[in-house]
Amino acid sequence: MVQAIVFLPLLAAIIAGLGNRMIGNFAAKLITTGALFVGMFLSWPIFFGFMAGTEHSQLHPVLNFIHSGDLQVSWALRVDALTSVMLVVVTTVSALVHLYSWGYMAEDDSQPRFFAYLSLFTFAMLMLVTADNLVQMFFGWEGVGLASYLLIGFWYHKPSANAAAMKAFIVNRVGDFGFSLGIFATFLVFGTVSIPDILAAAPNMTGSTIGFLGTRIDTMTLICILLFIGACGKSAQLGLHTWLPDAMEGPTPVSALIHAATMVTAGVFMVCRLSPMFETSTTAMAVVTFVGALTALFAATVGTVQNDIKRVIAYSTCSQLGYMFMAAGVGAYGAAMFHLFTHAFFKALLFLGAGSVIHAMHHEQDMRYYGGLRKHIPLTFWAMTIGTLAITGVGIYWLHAGFAGFHSKDAIIEAAFASGVPFGGFAFFIAVFAALLTSFYSWRLVFLTFFGKPRWTQSEHIQHALHGDHHDHPDAEDAGHDTHAHEAGAHQMTEGTGGYHPHESPWSMLIPLALLSVGAIFAGYVFTAFFIDAEQGVHFWGGSIAFDSHLMHAMHEVPLWVKLSPAVVMLIGLGIAFYAYIRNTAFPAAFASHFDVLYRFLLNKWYFDELFHAIFVRPAVWLGRFFWKRGDEGTIDRFGPNGFAAAIATGTKLTARFQTGYVYSYALVMLLGVAAATTWAMAH
Amino acid sequence: MDGFPILSAILALPLLGAVACLVSSAAAARWIALVTTLATLALCIGLWATYQIGGPQWQFVEDAALFGNAFRWALGIDGIALLLIVLTAFLMPICIAASWEAIDRRVPEYMALFLFMEVLMLGTFMAQDIFLFYIFFEAGLIPMYLIIGIWGGANRIYAAYKFFLYTLLGSVLMLIAMLWMVNYAESTSIPVLLNTDFPPQAQTLLWLAFFASFAVKMPMWPFHTWLPDAHVQAPTAGSVILAGVLLKLGGYGFVRFSLPMFPEASAQLVWVVFGLSMAAVVLTSLIALVQQDMKKLIAYSSVAHMAFVTAGIFTFNRQGIEGGLVVMLSHGLVSGALFLCVGVVYDRLHSRDIDKYGGLSNNMPAYALFFMVFTMAAVALPGTSGFVGEFLALVGAYEANSWLAAVLTTGIILGAAYMLLLYWRIAFGTARTEEAAKLPDLTRREWAMMAPIAAVVLWMGVYPESFLAPMRQDVAVLLERVARAAPEGDAHVTAGAPAPAAHEGEAH
Repeated sequence: MVQAIVFLPLLAAIIAGLGNRMIGNFAAKLITTGALFVGMFLSWPIFFGFMAGTEHSQLHPVLNFIHSGDLQVSWALRVDALTSVMLVVVTTVSALVHLYSWGYMAEDDSQPRFFAYLSLFTFAMLMLVTADNLVQMFFGWEGVGLASYLLIGFWYHKPSANAAAMKAFIVNRVGDFGFSLGIFATFLVFGTVSIPDILAAAPNMTGSTIGFLGTRIDTMTLICILLFIGACGKSAQLGLHTWLPDAMEGPTPVSALIHAATMVTAGVFMVCRLSPMFETSTTAMAVVTFVGALTALFAATVGTVQNDIKRVIAYSTCSQLGYMFMAAGVGAYGAAMFHLFTHAFFKALLFLGAGSVIHAMHHEQDMRYYGGLRKHIPLTFWAMTIGTLAITGVGIYWLHAGFAGFHSKDAIIEAAFASGVPFGGFAFFIAVFAALLTSFYSWRLVFLTFFGKPRWTQSEHIQHALHGDHHDHPDAEDAGHDTHAHEAGAHQMTEGTGGYHPHESPWSMLIPLALLSVGAIFAGYVFTAFFIDAEQGVHFWGGSIAFDSHLMHAMHEVPLWVKLSPAVVMLIGLGIAFYAYIRNTAFPAAFASHFDVLYRFLLNKWYFDELFHAIFVRPAVWLGRFFWKRGDEGTIDRFGPNGFAAAIATGTKLTARFQTGYVYSYALVMLLGVAAATTWAMAH
Repeated sequence: MDGFPILSAILALPLLGAVACLVSSAAAARWIALVTTLATLALCIGLWATYQIGGPQWQFVEDAALFGNAFRWALGIDGIALLLIVLTAFLMPICIAASWEAIDRRVPEYMALFLFMEVLMLGTFMAQDIFLFYIFFEAGLIPMYLIIGIWGGANRIYAAYKFFLYTLLGSVLMLIAMLWMVNYAESTSIPVLLNTDFPPQAQTLLWLAFFASFAVKMPMWPFHTWLPDAHVQAPTAGSVILAGVLLKLGGYGFVRFSLPMFPEASAQLVWVVFGLSMAAVVLTSLIALVQQDMKKLIAYSSVAHMAFVTAGIFTFNRQGIEGGLVVMLSHGLVSGALFLCVGVVYDRLHSRDIDKYGGLSNNMPAYALFFMVFTMAAVALPGTSGFVGEFLALVGAYEANSWLAAVLTTGIILGAAYMLLLYWRIAFGTARTEEAAKLPDLTRREWAMMAPIAAVVLWMGVYPESFLAPMRQDVAVLLERVARAAPEGDAHVTAGAPAPAAHEGEAH
């Protein structure tokens, strides 16, 4: 059964991709979407089976892969509770995104290619989550990277899309550098890459040291940190996050599936899958917590000033991934996976909702040109509102009931407080502060988009729509808004609709929004017990993660102010957003000009791109030219072959004869040599 | 096939074809060359099918005296040679197809040279007599000089001259070393020499002499500057064979001679190999990043990839050596295919300048797909042949030395950078010239060249066991031979103490 879940998308991708124009749009869409819905209907029973305790961990061998001495790697599909969570997340979001794309991509002229890429991505992601060894995990890891590259650059005629695609691949490769070295080190230490074997052997390695690059360090710390660098790349953690906002160049369904719900959570999944290994190194855990906390803070701050609707959600994703790593870092893997699970629903919902807004606004993505859309696209408005209620964690503490994020995010905040591990308290304060920012930027998005008066007149996209101008690429989104060009919010937008009438999206886009809304409302409440309850969690996870029931108990014992703090900051964030974007709309501009330095720092995303460009990209190109012109041509050739030729040419005309006759000279030298050898040998 | 001299038959077939080409018209020569290379391929596949995995080390052995007893027509193969033979035979018909329309003058001579080159290269992998090996090894380059010198580009003389100069130096030193070895061991048989223990003091000099030859063929940094020029000037098929097979002679030499014959010297000088390999990966990848000429870019990338081979072979462990060998096979296919991809557009637009292209995904979708597959194989994406080899070589490298592994692994970042930049500038974006926007997609002939390589690249990437199995026993023999000299790694993992089961630091 799991074989069907994993391989049907591959088959569908091959048929749609290679069949392409031969089989036509409809067949390609039907096959790929059908394969994913089958996968979804097969996945949920497995997940429910683990909840009910009727399913048990299984391993389905497929084929031999690499056998080289002790390195024995096979293709195999492993299904346990952790995998089952990922199976439902991946197949459900993917199926809904496939369906959504029927509407969203309806006018695109390479639809088979798009759906083939989506299905290919899903296959790679499923290989990743069913991996039983690190090499197959790496296969899935790189496979999703390829699909992400292809989909970010789907509109390949746009230079900005190509640049973003390439950046995503290369930044991920920097992470893979760490992941690879981690795999090598694991094999060196354990003599195997099989995940169950490593996890079983890991506890015996505490206190062991290893030589690495001339120093000696703790073995498990080294391995975990190297692997974690890989996780940072895929999950866009601070330092390796720069590709994620740019990845918004891809079509919006892609952002929802890959860059929100599934691929970017692969790093979190990896840390949870290898949690017994991470448990052996306090240092590595502290690093995970620290990086997660910093990312959550960084991305949330940047998210507060972005104007592109997709970029706001992208930074929000980055920040929420930071939460998941914080949870994993303090040892609350159940909470990390829980947040991964709920986040998949509400973040996919937010992205697809944003897609619906963009669709209605004729590809305008700048929120400064939105406003007042509530009445025009009411269904999208409600979906986005539900998503926002979920991400900001609205719920009532005394009833233990709320939207999805209420259950999972509060669990992380409480776990951080209760954990008592290094950086646990730090993580708690950051998480609470980032929750305030989350609430602020999420409501800011809703208020700017759906409330107030329409500010559509000056939008170029709307102008195109109104005047029927020939739009170069009507299907292409314009995520490449140059935030530097507009002094964001600094000047007043002209109000008015300009005579434009936005339309609600077709049913193929609204059904996924409705289903994801159900998830965003109930995914937290319904599943809390299985993911994080001290007793039920043990049964559900069944050893597939290092589930710490003591910590889960301790979470409930934290003081009331800790439990209420997320709700309080959520209200504060909402209040500020309400004041700044509904009551006193001149406030943001005034604030920005008053705190100009801070505003610019945030608007320019802490200047990471500029910094990396200056210290990596430019030197690489300079060095390339240097080694080519000065090294190869200026030194090796000059003193090597050219110098030799020049030496011969001096004073003689030998060179001419030499150069025309070199082949024969060579043959002669060689034959003479052989003749000499033979003669000599015969003489013996 | 007992008793039937199949190896000699495999050598005779292209030789007869070469003679037939010389006396035929251009049109006939093309067909003769194609049929001959396909028949040779069929024989080589038969060889693969009948090769006994886990059987005797040397199979299909033939031995006949030439010039008395001193110099023998001794042929025989092990699993390592087998796969390189199959690779050579596989690429040959594709090269003939690539030259079908591109070569329009002196066709019979051209086809004859290609077939003759096939004989010599196959002979190199089959030879069991050290002087026979030397002849095949060195003579195999002569047709290549002529192909570059006669059918090459504008600056072909300079390229061929550089090629010649580098090679000459190495081959003279290697011949002297061979003479000394034969004198010492009193045999010209390679299997005998493989089991001769040369005195450690002499090993160093012998190793350096062989190194001079193999490092140039490989080519290792800084002996590589002939390669970009040779590739740029060679016709497409010449580049395919140069990258696909001739570059493998160096690696084959290291595995067949340097490592097993001089284990002590190899261990002692391993830092030279590691140092040059690390330099090659970083420097040539950076150089590839700034190239404007497609062929030069791929040529520099070859130098970087070959560094994985040299590093892998000298790790003295199974993963490293098997990885190095798989990289050789994979690079033979992938770089060959990449040169074909360049050839396809060069035949249409007559330019290798990357800036003349762009947006080919629009008008050449099939081409863009194949180019993508080979690009991904070149950046070692798992599921392609490139991954299996590089991964194993790096696993081995890490066991040998963490610095080596760390520096070589930067190749996965730099490699992605220059290959994706190339792909972007050629296949994505919009066409930068009007001609580029009008180029027609692959013809059926070009499909027939690309599709088999793509299939094998994926096969090797998903189920490499087919390729690892024949070599397994031979690598074991090699490892046993060098075990006494194997240097220690730098990891020195100490034993750990089982952790107490209790969870620490919980706030109750």
